[in-house]
Amino acid sequence: MSFITKSPWILHYDGSSCNGCDIEILACLTPLYDIERFGIINTGNPKHADVFLITGAINEQNEPVVKNLYAQMPDPKVVVALGICATSGNFFRECYNIKGGVDKVLPVDVYVPGCAVRPEAIIDGIVQALGILEEKRAALKKLSSKSAA
Amino acid sequence: MDTKILMDQILGGIGYLLLAPVLGGLLAGFDRIVTARMQSRKGPPLFQPFYDLFKLCEKRGSVVNQFQNLYMLCFLIFIIITGLIFFTGGNLLLTIFALTVASVFLILGAFSTNSPYSTIGADRELLQMMAYEPMMLIAAMGMYLVTRSFNVRDIIADPFPLVYSLPFIFIGFVFILTIKLRKSPFDLSSSHHGHQEIVKGITTEFSGPALALFEIAHWYENILLLGFVYLFFAAFNPVVAVFLTIATYIFEIFIDNACARLTWRFTVKSSWLVAGVLGGVNLLAAAYLLL
Repeated sequence: MSFITKSPWILHYDGSSCNGCDIEILACLTPLYDIERFGIINTGNPKHADVFLITGAINEQNEPVVKNLYAQMPDPKVVVALGICATSGNFFRECYNIKGGVDKVLPVDVYVPGCAVRPEAIIDGIVQALGILEEKRAALKKLSSKSAA
Repeated sequence: MDTKILMDQILGGIGYLLLAPVLGGLLAGFDRIVTARMQSRKGPPLFQPFYDLFKLCEKRGSVVNQFQNLYMLCFLIFIIITGLIFFTGGNLLLTIFALTVASVFLILGAFSTNSPYSTIGADRELLQMMAYEPMMLIAAMGMYLVTRSFNVRDIIADPFPLVYSLPFIFIGFVFILTIKLRKSPFDLSSSHHGHQEIVKGITTEFSGPALALFEIAHWYENILLLGFVYLFFAAFNPVVAVFLTIATYIFEIFIDNACARLTWRFTVKSSWLVAGVLGGVNLLAAAYLLL
């Protein structure tokens, strides 16, 4: 029995998003969607988070920030790229300052395209991420029991 | 007679040790549902705090200082000791001082991490302690004036409801209860996840199992504080007294949802003013009427 899928705490980082996707994430917290029903909490602290949501493409300035946040999250953890900019860089990908999608700097587990990404798609993406989170937890447990033996 | 007191002590102690985390967790779940309903949301399941707790135990925590988790463990242990003193019918003053020691361990843990958010949280926790301690001591003094004893056992046995003889002290106590329960408008040191002014304040640097320890300690502490509230109603029928205690907690949830966070200056000033005026007046009146 795993509890990690019943209480995923989310860290949201706005890469270079236009705020469209960010507002849709906040919409998930409102009474209409109310993702706290599934135990999801929007935390501001990487050390308490399980799911890392990134909106917007990665640029030269936010690359170290994203890497730092990812490193501070305790295992097991998953990364979800929200919106088409975070997925691939969209039409900003050719810009001089843009590196591209989140997968250029972090291992992305779930891609949720859309401009802006809809709350239903966000919830669907997080639910898929929870499956991966559970796999990672099981793998981590196997690893630690192996190293203990 | 002595064996009966001993039995009560053992039952109270074991009951607190085993039931307080369960009741505290259920209370936290109830709190989250009521909060969600007040915001016209559906809210998480009742057992959500337990899911969170077990999840935290599944995570791999990270530490920045090798002592920080030890301090957190000491916080939990001292909260449990405080509760045991209280629920075995022990001395009220000793309970308050042991609670202070527990808080000191939490603050040391937060300071030991050297993180700026953690440090601000610890600073504010110290200020909060400064704010609520006078009122807690006045509440204990008021109970002593009326019942002529600092022992919880004797205070509960008093036939006249304390809320009638100490009405202003009760109001003052509910005021500082908001600080102790970490609720708005006085959630300065560590607020809910949604409010990210200083990230997560005092618990910023605690992750995984160490954060689970904090949650358990917080549940133990909440039950202890509700025990304190119960003292004011203890002379009523137990069912009525428990109902009134829960009603006080629901009132705190309402305050939590209706208020924005205040500054630490206002917190210290207002709680000292409340302690001085409400506590002082009630103490003088009780002393004058009883002498």
